[in-house]
Formats: sequence, C-alpha cells, structure tokens
Amino acid sequence: MAALTPVKPTPASFYVPVVAAAGGFAGIFVGTAQGATLLGLVAGAALLAGIALLLAGALSEKEKAGRWGLFVLMALAGFTLGGLMGGIIGALFGWFFGWFIYWLSTGRYRQKLVPYLTPGQVLWHYTFRVICGAIFVFLITPIIVVMPLSFNAQDFFTFTPEMLRLDPDGFSMKHYDDFFTNSDWQNALWNSLTIAPMATLLSVTFGTLAAIGLSQPHVPYRQAIMAILISPMIVPLIISAAGMYFFYSRIGLQGTYIGVVLAHAALGIPFVIITVTATLVGFDRSLTRAAANMGANPTTTFFRIQMPLILPGVISGGLFAFITSFDEVVVVLFVGSAGQKTLPWQMFTGLREQISPTILAVATILVALSILLLATVEILRRRSERLRGMTPA
Amino acid sequence: MTSTSDSSAEQAAASGPMLAADGTPLKKSIARALRMQKLRALALIAPLLIFILVTFIAPIADMLFRSVENQIVSTTLPRTITTLEGWDGSAGEAPGEDVFAALYYDMFVAAEAKEHTKLGTRLNYEQTGISSLFRKSGRKLDDLGKDYQKPFEKAAKDLGDGAAFHALMTGTGPSDSALLESTRARLEALTGDSMAGEIGFAPGAEISALLPLTAAAYADFAVFTARVDGDAPADEDPWEAVYTALAHDLATPGTIEKIASYTGPGAELLQAAADVAPSLPDYRAFFEDVDEDWLDVANWSTIQTYAPNYTSGYFLNAIDMQKTPDGTALRDDDERIYIMLFKRTMFMSLVITFSCILLGYPVAWLLANLPMRTANLLMILVLLPFWTSLLVRTSAWKVMLQQQGVINDVLVWLGLVEDTARLIMINNQLGTIIAMTHILLPFMILPLYSVMQTIPPTYLRAAKSLGATNWTAFWRVYFPQSIPGIGAGSILVFILAIGYYITPEIVGGTTGTFISNRIAYHISSSLNWGLGAALGAILLAAVLLLYWCYDQIVGIDNVKLGG
Repeated sequence: MAALTPVKPTPASFYVPVVAAAGGFAGIFVGTAQGATLLGLVAGAALLAGIALLLAGALSEKEKAGRWGLFVLMALAGFTLGGLMGGIIGALFGWFFGWFIYWLSTGRYRQKLVPYLTPGQVLWHYTFRVICGAIFVFLITPIIVVMPLSFNAQDFFTFTPEMLRLDPDGFSMKHYDDFFTNSDWQNALWNSLTIAPMATLLSVTFGTLAAIGLSQPHVPYRQAIMAILISPMIVPLIISAAGMYFFYSRIGLQGTYIGVVLAHAALGIPFVIITVTATLVGFDRSLTRAAANMGANPTTTFFRIQMPLILPGVISGGLFAFITSFDEVVVVLFVGSAGQKTLPWQMFTGLREQISPTILAVATILVALSILLLATVEILRRRSERLRGMTPA
Repeated sequence: MTSTSDSSAEQAAASGPMLAADGTPLKKSIARALRMQKLRALALIAPLLIFILVTFIAPIADMLFRSVENQIVSTTLPRTITTLEGWDGSAGEAPGEDVFAALYYDMFVAAEAKEHTKLGTRLNYEQTGISSLFRKSGRKLDDLGKDYQKPFEKAAKDLGDGAAFHALMTGTGPSDSALLESTRARLEALTGDSMAGEIGFAPGAEISALLPLTAAAYADFAVFTARVDGDAPADEDPWEAVYTALAHDLATPGTIEKIASYTGPGAELLQAAADVAPSLPDYRAFFEDVDEDWLDVANWSTIQTYAPNYTSGYFLNAIDMQKTPDGTALRDDDERIYIMLFKRTMFMSLVITFSCILLGYPVAWLLANLPMRTANLLMILVLLPFWTSLLVRTSAWKVMLQQQGVINDVLVWLGLVEDTARLIMINNQLGTIIAMTHILLPFMILPLYSVMQTIPPTYLRAAKSLGATNWTAFWRVYFPQSIPGIGAGSILVFILAIGYYITPEIVGGTTGTFISNRIAYHISSSLNWGLGAALGAILLAAVLLLYWCYDQIVGIDNVKLGG
C-alpha cells in the first residue's frame, strides 16, 4: 500500500464510545465469570471510557508512559483478583487497551489505508482482519494447546487448577520420562526410526530417477504414467491398506519389516515425484549440453551438474517421504504386525484407549520435529529458487 | 551433409532425401535419435513404474478381485455343487438323496481340513444361521461312519486296521491314477496347499471299479493323511467316511455278487464285510437328524446361488441389496446400513469441503494481498499444521473437544455454559467435522493462495474506479478469477475427506464415522473381506472419478506442496 493517509487525531466522541464498547465486551466475560454479566458490561464500559479519556486526553503526548502505566496497573489489578494467572491476563488486557486507545485516538489506524475509504469500509477492513485472525487462531490453537498439557503433573488430558494457577507443583516432566523409559514407546520409536529412513531411501532413489525421466521432452504416455505414479497419494489410505493387506499376505510380506518399508516407500513416491519435477521445470538443459560439449560423460554430467542443482528439490521430496512414513498409521496397522509397531500406531492405540498423557509429550516432540522439518524445507525451497535464478518468493 | 560443396547438397536435396552426417536419411536419423531419447526416458521411469505396479497397483487389483471372488463354495463342496445343479428350489422341496450323499463326503473332507467353518461363515453373510449349521454338522459327521464301522470290525477285526485296509484298497494290477489326480486337485483347491508328491498309496483300478465310493473316500483319506498330516496312510486307521462309503457300495445292487469272484489282496476281508450286508446309508435322514435346517429350502437356495466362482453378491450387499432366487432385491429395512453410510460420508465430506472454503477463502485472500514479508510469516501458521503429524492434531482435538476438555473448560469458566450442561462436541458428527476441517484446511488454503497470487490487484481497483461497489467488484471481478483455486482446493479436500479413517475413528464415535471405518471393520474384525473389498471398490471408483476431474481442471503436474 503505497498511498498513505495523513495521521490526524480523532475527536473524543469517536474513540471514547469505541473503547467503551470494547471494554464492555471484555467486561461481559469477566462479569459472567464472576456471576454478574450486566454489572461486568457496565463496569467494563465505564472503566475503559474513563481510561480512554485520561490517556488520550491528558496523557496524549506521553504515549509510552501511558501505555506502560495501564499495563502495570491492569497486571496488578488482575494479580490481586486472580493470582499469577490473573496477573498475566490483566497485563495482556492492559497492553491491548493501551495500544488500542492510542491507535484510535491518534488516527494511526488510517495510516496504511487509502485516503478515500469511507468509515464503513475502514470498519470492514479491520473486521475482516479480525475474522482472519480468528481463523489463524483456529489453525494454530490445537497445536499450541498440547504443549503445556504435556507437562501436566496429573494423568489428565485437561488443565488442572494447579496448572491454571501456574503453580510449579502442577507441572512435571513425568510424561517425557515415561516416553523415554517405557519400553513400548521406545520400541515404537525405534521401529519408526528404522522404517522411515529405509522407505525414504527407496522412494527418493526411484522417484528422482523417474522424475528426471519424466521431465525429458519426449516421453510417451506421460500423462498416464504420471497418473499412476501420483495415485498412491490420491487413493484413500484405507483402500491402499486393505489391498496391501490382501496382496502382501498372499506373497508372505504381511507382518514383515520389508512389507512395511515397501508399502511406505510406495506412499512416499508421489511427494518425491512432485517436488523433483517442480525443481526440474526450471532446469536449463543447455547446462548439461555444455557439460557434454566439454567432454563430460552422462554420469559425470549428472553428478556434477544436474544433481547439485536439483538437490534441494530431492531433499525436500525426501523430507516429505520421510514424514509420510513417519506419520503413517493406517497402512502399518494392516500391513505390519506387533513387531513393526510404529510411533503413530502406538499413539493411535493410546488415543483409542486413552491410556496416559504420554501421547501429549510425544505430540509435543513431534511438533518440534515438524517445525524443524518445515524450516528445512522452506530454506531448501528458497535456495533452489535462487540456484535456478528465480527471485525467492 | 557428407559433401561440403553446395552443388552436391543441392543435388542431394533435389534427387533424394536429405542425408545426415553418417549418410542415413535425415528423417530416419532424427526418428532414431527421438526413439533413443524416448527409450532413455522410459528406462529411467521403468524401475519406479515396476515398483509402483508391484507394491501398489497389484494390491489394489487384488482387492478388486476379492470383491467378486467367491471360490470358497465350489472348493469346499465341489461334488455337492455338481449334483445340486439340477435342483430347482422354487418347487419348495429340499434336494434329493444324491445331493446329501455328496454333501456328506465333501463335508467330511472339509471338516478334517477345518475348512467347513470358513464356508459356514461365508454363507452366513447371506443367510443367517448357516454358520452354526455347518459347525454343528462338522462335529457329528463321524457318527454315521461309526455306526457302520462297528459291525464291519466285528465281522473281521482287520477291517479296522490301517495296514490291512491299505492293502485291500491298493489291490493288484494297474492303479486308477485318474481318481488319484482328481482327488489331489480337489484337495489342493480346498486347502490351498500343494498336494503333489509321493503319498504311499495308489488305488487299484479293479477295486476302484468294484467299490467306487470307497475308493474315492479312501483316496481322500490317503492324500490328506500323507500331504497334510505328513503320515503314511498305511499306518493310520481310515476315516469313518470310508466305512460309510463301503456300506454304500456294498448295499448297491450287484456289488456283493462281484465280490464273490474277487481274488485280489484282502478278498476274504471284503467277503466278511459283504456278509454283514449293511443297509444303504440314509444321508438325508442323517443330516435331518443333525439339524432340521438342512431340509430348509432357503439354505440350499443360498448354497446354489453362491456356487459360481465369481459373484456380484458382495457388491449387492454393499448397496444394501441381496440375491434371492427371484433375482436381486433390497434388504430388509433394519439391515440397510451401507447406503446410509455412503450418504453420510458424502454429506460430511461436502460439509467439510464447504467449511474449508468458508475458512480458507478469507485467509488465502489476506495472504495474497499482504506484503510478501508479512504473508510469508503468516504462511507459517498455515504450514505448521500441514507439517504436523496427523495423530498430533487428532489428539489435540480430542483434548480440545471432550466434555472435560479445553473448550468446555473455557466456556464454563466464562460462564457461557453451565458446568452440568457441558457441550458434547466429540464422538459425534460435529467432532469429526471440526477436527477434519482443521486438518484439511491447509489443503484448501494452499491452492487458493497460489491462484489468488496470480490475480492482479489492479483489476479490483479498475472495477471500483468504474463505479462498482466493493461487493460488485469482488463478486463480478475477483471471485470468478479465483474459482479455479476453489475448484482445485475443493476437489483435493473432498478426495482426502471421503477416504479418511483415523480422525473419524478417534473423534467420530458411532454417528460420525465414515465408510472407511466400516471397511476397516470388515477387514480386521468381522473378517468379511469380500464385503470390505466391495465397499472399498465403490469408494475407489468415486475417488478415481474425482481424480479424473482434478486432472482435467488442475492437471496432475500442477499439484504443489507447501506453497
């Protein structure tokens, strides 16, 4: 947004009602929690209206001091009312309203918008952002929530009163201890760690070769071949699992390590194909011709010229294949036997029978792992685009 | 050109085809180079293609095969099926004596191989009660034989002796190899194991002509004992069925006269048996005695209907229909569940797809219109769930939604919900829809985002400057251009949703489960593999249709992962 609107302070008749409305809204919740909805609404609105008048009127020049003051005051009020947790909530309220009051009263909220917007359009603009924010909260909350719960000192799947009071006694590492000492979980982890890399290796080797073949200019039946190679991603897992269960028991692979590895490799292949062909789309063929021209044989050309350039794509395809196998449960439930019980399988049984919050500890570890993988893939993608001479998005 | 001179090149061009450096016509040379290129490309693809065909396509084909395969009836009761062919169930009469005789010998072998209960279970899918009928009859089969065995042994003790009987059945002279081979083939089909190899017995042709049923029953016994139990037939006492067969043969008119002139080994034993003069076994009465249901026409109709090697029965079952003697018909109201399950799967997948559009569209729009740096930061919030383990997200939703869960706790704490009236959001459709919308949302946002990125923001401004309101500009200008993204995302989400198993299994309870959960149930618990395979085949057909649509709209090559 290049067009900026000059900032000019807004009248009190604008920001006081808006802040009061927001305060009333927050007051409803605080009030209901204490058993007096209407009182909360009125008190919240009145309190915030007063604060808004004070901050934006008397302290309009000393924004920093005003915001800090509100922050500390609210935190203290929250602390006296509801202990440590209340203090934190109060501090958050204070921070938000401090920012909100100055944002409105100084007119900064219009700064990044085009000048010709009507007030209704401005309102819609921010309402839309709030809606999007709510969707982001929906996306991320479930993943965030499991983290504190995994430190629960009790064997519950819920927050205990001690945890809500931030009492150190309410937290413990016992579920992590359980994960690292319990032989069931350790076996499952070991199985996952032996199956996933083998499956990844298989899918990356076959997948990369095929992707290179597919990106040649003249491939007969390209569409049909592509459709077959991508199909493991599209066919519902339960159908793949059922088919593999029938077929692998016929040929004696059901319940074996090799059977599970082959099944997982098949499931990971589409991801390798997709990422590697995407990398090869921008590949400059004159480079290989230049190499051949200078006397390199096809093998040398592949390893010295083509491979380094498509390596980022290969690695991220491999990571996809790895996570597919590492995270897969339906197929291994059918194709594997007790000897191939993987981590997701163990989690699945745990969830069905709700044994212990150790699952949440495992979940937290897995989230950390996925953050790591996400970062790696993102870095690789940018590197690949830079190598191919595109500006990284 | 071979020659450097211009004139000769012109000459060549005028007189014949243009030549490549080695003298072959250029056209041919290019075609060869192209062929080489194609071959090289195919050689690179071939290993993977073979790998996928073996590890993935073959299993799917196997599943499809299982959904129509129905050899169990004809392998377990081969002779019964043959004799039953002429029977007409519409007359309301149970089959005749010959069918029951064939059933007796078939069942005897099947019971020894413990295959009759499998057949009982299979037929029980079609006609309730057959399973217990088969199990019960399998236990009683020995009784009929014992009734004959005792008088025979009384007459000549050696008739109960394995070695003596073996000698009697082996006879002298040429052996009846046709009988032995057909027995081997039948038992192979029954047990699924190879019956080839030495068995230490060959039925004598003469004795086989004299006592056809006994020879067949003894051959069953000999092959089974040698190949399955791994014992020598001569060391083991014959099955009871052999004595029933012997009684049957002896009671057949003319046999006793022929025995008088028989001189082979064990002729005196045979004479002693003939002197017992047993009555003809009444197989029908025997089975009626075991269970009256054997005279029930419905049971026999079921056996006859499912006699062919391939059946559409599983597919009919999967759409709540069944085979009856008068053709196909709908099942009773209380037995219809699959159509309802398919409808529910469709409906819930549609709801999930729709909520994904509803939630994904604003987010994708925001991401596409924010400055690159901010958009990339917010993109992490979309990609993190995408990369997080499915089970982690499902367990998170279990934690969030259950009655003592986070959402209910917060609502109670805020006073919006009474502590005693906590919302039930899990183990029902709502739970499945919420959790799956969350899990599949990134699959909607990513294609939408990549389409929206290509829509120039100037179009919207142009529309507005031409006098369109915000809404008109969006609805008439922006929205139509984003439809390919909605299409791609919707099909992807719908395909993924329709076959989901894990999440409905954990948060779906009984009302929020999908057809996949039923497939899994049939394969791992009820062991009705054929029905599971048929349900799977129908689901697969639906998914492949959508896959084809996706290919037409988006193109498989354009599938993108992680933005």
